[in-house]
Amino acid sequence: MNIKTRVEQNALIVTVFGELDLVIAEQFKAVIEKELENLKINTLILDLKEVTFIDSSGLGAILSRYKMLSEKHGRMALINPQPAVKRILELSGILRIINIYEDLNRALAAI
Amino acid sequence: MENTQNWQNYIRLELASIPENVGLARITIASFVSQVDLTLNDLEEIKVATSEAVSNAIIHGYENNKNGKVIIEAIRQDDRLILTVEDYGKGIEDIEKAMEPAYSTDPERMGLGFVFMKSFMDQVHVNSTVGQGTKVTMEKILKPVKAIN
Repeated sequence: MNIKTRVEQNALIVTVFGELDLVIAEQFKAVIEKELENLKINTLILDLKEVTFIDSSGLGAILSRYKMLSEKHGRMALINPQPAVKRILELSGILRIINIYEDLNRALAAI
Repeated sequence: MENTQNWQNYIRLELASIPENVGLARITIASFVSQVDLTLNDLEEIKVATSEAVSNAIIHGYENNKNGKVIIEAIRQDDRLILTVEDYGKGIEDIEKAMEPAYSTDPERMGLGFVFMKSFMDQVHVNSTVGQGTKVTMEKILKPVKAIN
């Protein structure tokens, strides 16, 4: 399992390990949907600290979870990306719609 | 493929059209170009472009059918990387439209595959025939770190 989840302050914290590409994208979407549904939570914080690579499949998976949460009036934030991953996030335009924070405390305080 | 006498190096990979091979292709191409001392940004860009082209072949070319083959060839010629990713899948009906930003046949995807390829490589050419397959050819000038400094 390359995805770990926990709950803090009524937010689902999801940590992805390794490369967020086509292989992990479907698993990523399914795990988050199931956890949010089971826990009846609609706040998601995605911790990218351990993500070493991201491409458009990974970005699409993040965006689809954002859309899913938005439809339920939920909120989502990204935290801790490594520089190479942050650059791809910036170039993709996804940061225009999903907020990014330096760490978990700041994200929890903001959303 | 171009005249072998001008190559510094050449590889050809033939991979099953399964998602697990996207990472394999990416790492192999990264290793291939790392024979030139590139910046981390350049290396990352080549990895993303490779990932996008191979993912497209699997998702769109073969529509996630695992029985297809993806052929990847890379040439290092002087200061250029020439990278081709070919599939024998369903082909692209409208290449111009497929290359538009945010265009995707799948609502779960961002339509950024070709955008990243065009942004991160110096040239991208797509040849596609419906029912026969698609060949994406990308070129990037490799700038060794020493030359930049």
